[in-house]
Amino acid sequence: MAGIISYGAYIPLWRLARDTIAEAWGSGSIRGERSVANNDEDTITMASEAAIDCLAGLKREEIDGLYFASTTSPYKEKECSTLVAMAADLRPEIITADFANSLRAATEAFRAALDAVASGSASQVLVTASDCRIGYPRSNYEQTFGDAAAALLISNTDKPAVIVEGSYSLSNELYDVWRLDKDIYVQSWEDRFIIEHGYTENMEKAIAGLLQKKALSVQDINKAVIYAPTLRAQQKLARRLGFDVKVQLQDLLISSVGITGCAHALLMLVAALEEAKAGDKILVASYGSGCDAFLLSVTEEIEKGKDNRRGVKGYLDSKRPLPSYTKYLSYRGLLDPQPGEPFRLFPAATTSWRERNWAIRMHSSRCKNCGTVTFPIERICYNCRSKDNFEEVRLSDKKARVFTFTLDHLAGRSDDPTIPQIGAEFDYENTRAYLLMTDCDPSDVTVDMPVEMTFRRLYEGAGMYNYFWKCRPVR
Amino acid sequence: MESIKDKVAIIGMGCTKFGERWDAGLDDLAIEAAYEAYEDAGISPEDVQACWYGTVTQPVVGIGCTHLAGPLKLHGIPMSRVENWCTTGHEALRNACFGVACGMYDLVLVLGVEKLRDTGFPGLGTGRGMSTVLEARRTAPGSFGMVATRYFHTYGLSPEEGKRTIGKIAVKNHYNGNLCPKAHFHNRVTLEQVTSAPIIAWPLGLFDCCGNSDGGAAAILVPASQARKYRDDPIYVKGLGAAHSALLPQNRPAFDWLHFEEVINSSRQAYGQAGIKNPREQIDIAEVHDCFTSTELLLYELLGFSPEGRAKEDIGSGFFELGGGLPVNSDGGLKCFGHPIGASGLRMTYEVYKQLQGKARSPERQIKDAKLGISQTFGGPPQAAAVAILGKEPGYP
Repeated sequence: MAGIISYGAYIPLWRLARDTIAEAWGSGSIRGERSVANNDEDTITMASEAAIDCLAGLKREEIDGLYFASTTSPYKEKECSTLVAMAADLRPEIITADFANSLRAATEAFRAALDAVASGSASQVLVTASDCRIGYPRSNYEQTFGDAAAALLISNTDKPAVIVEGSYSLSNELYDVWRLDKDIYVQSWEDRFIIEHGYTENMEKAIAGLLQKKALSVQDINKAVIYAPTLRAQQKLARRLGFDVKVQLQDLLISSVGITGCAHALLMLVAALEEAKAGDKILVASYGSGCDAFLLSVTEEIEKGKDNRRGVKGYLDSKRPLPSYTKYLSYRGLLDPQPGEPFRLFPAATTSWRERNWAIRMHSSRCKNCGTVTFPIERICYNCRSKDNFEEVRLSDKKARVFTFTLDHLAGRSDDPTIPQIGAEFDYENTRAYLLMTDCDPSDVTVDMPVEMTFRRLYEGAGMYNYFWKCRPVR
Repeated sequence: MESIKDKVAIIGMGCTKFGERWDAGLDDLAIEAAYEAYEDAGISPEDVQACWYGTVTQPVVGIGCTHLAGPLKLHGIPMSRVENWCTTGHEALRNACFGVACGMYDLVLVLGVEKLRDTGFPGLGTGRGMSTVLEARRTAPGSFGMVATRYFHTYGLSPEEGKRTIGKIAVKNHYNGNLCPKAHFHNRVTLEQVTSAPIIAWPLGLFDCCGNSDGGAAAILVPASQARKYRDDPIYVKGLGAAHSALLPQNRPAFDWLHFEEVINSSRQAYGQAGIKNPREQIDIAEVHDCFTSTELLLYELLGFSPEGRAKEDIGSGFFELGGGLPVNSDGGLKCFGHPIGASGLRMTYEVYKQLQGKARSPERQIKDAKLGISQTFGGPPQAAAVAILGKEPGYP
């Protein structure tokens, strides 16, 4: 039967207190904090993190599909799921698809994955959802939005951790929130109209329709994972449906993360699954030009692999305060930092293609003759000079430590002027790698500091984004 | 393998004023250096049979040698441009020496020139290598900052102790540079100024880093057997070494960040050719690659001037100062001349050449009875090193 066999999440390290935004504008604060993606993160890198979290301890060669859902893809034309799949080091013979434009993109991808495994066209499909939406400066959305990603691994198996028992969808054509092809900021119609006649009316219909279809009542649901643009809208809807808001309603994560676009329903679901017990019934509902509602039931398999994943819980607790509103503006590209020294070599389609196995998959070469491991891939062994006699070994999931470092004041840009440059040594065969460190306070860096790998956008040039791995303090 | 010892002599050298030469292009710097060398050797441009020339940063496709053949009017002779990071000046010298030693040419011009101050930014800029990602943000201070961090860690120096240790090198080199008119910087600095200066790439502060300067240097080489036809005090090439390591230090398996094989091998090649068994005792003057003070610290040990891990003691005792057991960077080094990359190896060689001739032009700076001197460069990620050993007398040591 088709179901979920693993889940993962990613929440950026940086959190901006909403009071800081309000202070900058002299406006009111909705309290709490929101996540902010770093200046080297985008929806591709965040989806890659969530995918890798979801795959912890699993065999990546068994995955045969990856879907990427986002309303804020870095590319208008170019598939992103292929890049996420490569960063997650999946094999090339897989199905991929990008789901876009809708706040329901993630649940649409989830449904497509369920259908794919049920039909037999794939046996394991990884669904990733990632969003980084931008609200107008001083708007409510600027405070309520957050950046995050989530991932679900869907499989057709006798023993899923979560069985999908039923679903109910509605399509609804309405201008409530939208962006034109040239827009940076989310546009919206008046709240009083769109909450009532968009969100509440349709969600109520879909959730009630699903419960009726499955002959269940609200009391049969252990957790209701209900997406909402605001806490108020969520609670009003839940009360109208008859849920006990305190007991049954899954935390909207508004005070700690913010509303993370199409990723949000899955992010909340991941948080719910982290606490779920065998036998639990979970209702998931997402909204965006209609609704997708799913009824899930949790099996005993839910306990498997729990310790491997960081999930929402792990990433929620691992945080640093973003010190200023201006830094948020700069991280989101709304304020141009002084760029720093130029990048000399622009990305080239040819070099990116040739270097893909080490630059994107983070493969090292392990000499079959003497066992020496080098990164990047070396055709001739550094130690014994064996030629083309190596196997590729992935480093992205291996831990490392700082062997030596510098805090470079020339390599950065004005919003992050100090760049820790790291000579890293992996726990695997003492392999070395030259990496930049991100998501850190440079003054914390020491020799022997433990680090882990993170896939980042390095820079833009030649009209493309250029991605590579960095290291960060272990989160 | 044969030795280069006493096969080639330098009969003339030139060196431009180093600094922010807004007035001079690459061509002007080359003319300034070459014509001083012609004059010093007592020759004319038409005596030059071949030219080896080093520069690094000229960024356009296909500059070759044409942009210097023109200004210098080197009609109808072979010119070769060489480039190998910070060793470029030495590489031009090394290749030119072989052209003379094999008997192919009787008189050649060696040039090392670099125009850095036309880029609009200080330093050499960020990003190196052929990959668009691997070294995309690598900088020179960053790379040598990593050398310093690991050295401090290995020998248990706290950041403060480490910074004071390398800071003394900056104080020494600025003292020497003050005595050298052709240097870019003539200011003397105190240890407190050095250690409290703004950080460029931790642990390296402003005064731990060499300046960003324009400059050029030139040499005229002839077969040793013909040298005394030109002057009474020619200087003889005793040994030439150059070596590379095979990977970026950051990526080199099991590398300790201390034993840079390129430095060790290139110096041992040159010592072997020259017949130097004990560099600390036998060498009278050394110009070493102080691109950063941490580099000079490590080089004391790798070149065999100080025992491993104990350069700090020699720094403390003033061993490398003017009047010490082995004066290092008596002209102020890269610290005061800056590092116009292609020029540096030859600028150092110029200082050794003048010192061996007793023509340092400053009584305080002149090393007494210097017979044997070394100039040495080390650069890239770092990954390349070169050495030239010069002597005053044929047959010595």
